[in-house]
Amino acid sequence: MILFFFLFSAVTVLSSIAVISSRNPVHSVFFLILAFVNSAGIFVLAGAEFLAMILLIVYVGAVAVLFLFVVMMLNVGVDKIKTQTRKYMLSGFLVAIILLFELIFSFANLDIIIQKPENNLEKNTNTHALGNVLYTDYFLPFQVSGCILLVAMLGAIILTLRKREGVLRQNISEQVSRTKEDSIKIVKIGKKL
Amino acid sequence: MQLDPNYFTILSAILFSIGILGIFLNRRSIIIILMSIEILLLSVNINLVAFSSFHGNLVGQIFTMFVLTVAAAEAAIGLAIIVIFFRNRGSIKVEDAEQLKG
Repeated sequence: MILFFFLFSAVTVLSSIAVISSRNPVHSVFFLILAFVNSAGIFVLAGAEFLAMILLIVYVGAVAVLFLFVVMMLNVGVDKIKTQTRKYMLSGFLVAIILLFELIFSFANLDIIIQKPENNLEKNTNTHALGNVLYTDYFLPFQVSGCILLVAMLGAIILTLRKREGVLRQNISEQVSRTKEDSIKIVKIGKKL
Repeated sequence: MQLDPNYFTILSAILFSIGILGIFLNRRSIIIILMSIEILLLSVNINLVAFSSFHGNLVGQIFTMFVLTVAAAEAAIGLAIIVIFFRNRGSIKVEDAEQLKG
């Protein structure tokens, strides 16, 4: 188990280093997918199987594919000369190393209380237990997160929708508001004959 | 479970530092900055799941689900903004976003 943990975490760390240092953004997205898959393995080792599957579905299946789609559609291309990187490299490494040591120091001085969960895995899977908590105590935040997703979807659609000139579109309000008077002209014929 | 909680916290600290470093190193391309933010959220999620598992308390995993929701919404909105920015300016370099004179 500990071997698998080190395998998964090493691949996660290495691929996230590759995400931030690769020159081609498409390669960055692929390494991001690799990092997410391996951290799903870490979630399984931590005992959160449902979240591991959700991570695979949401991140690898939706977010990373969205990134890949945008990167390929915008044709960003390889950043040939990483200019201006030098200027921020020193301060970036300084901040990152200071942050790393602070985090490790504060985590090392933490008294973590390990509570063995009661061993009722036979009758309660992780998904079952999560549903028991989520749909009872956290029902309102669950609904609010659904509203957040709805707002994000509407926002993305409205932001990227554009009206082009020269493209015929259906104008529904104009269609509905037509009356008989301005669309039909009655011509009397044959009276003089 | 013979895994130590310190392993998870150290892994999450390393991932968080990598995400911060990515924001500093890739100041030109906004897409890699968004990916670094995803790495930051992933490290926070690993921490939450580890503590939730070791404490035997499921609230951390619930919170991780909310973090995932917000991350997905943020990625969708951010990429939509990138698409319209590219459509208006023809590039997605960060230094081209200068109209606000910030």
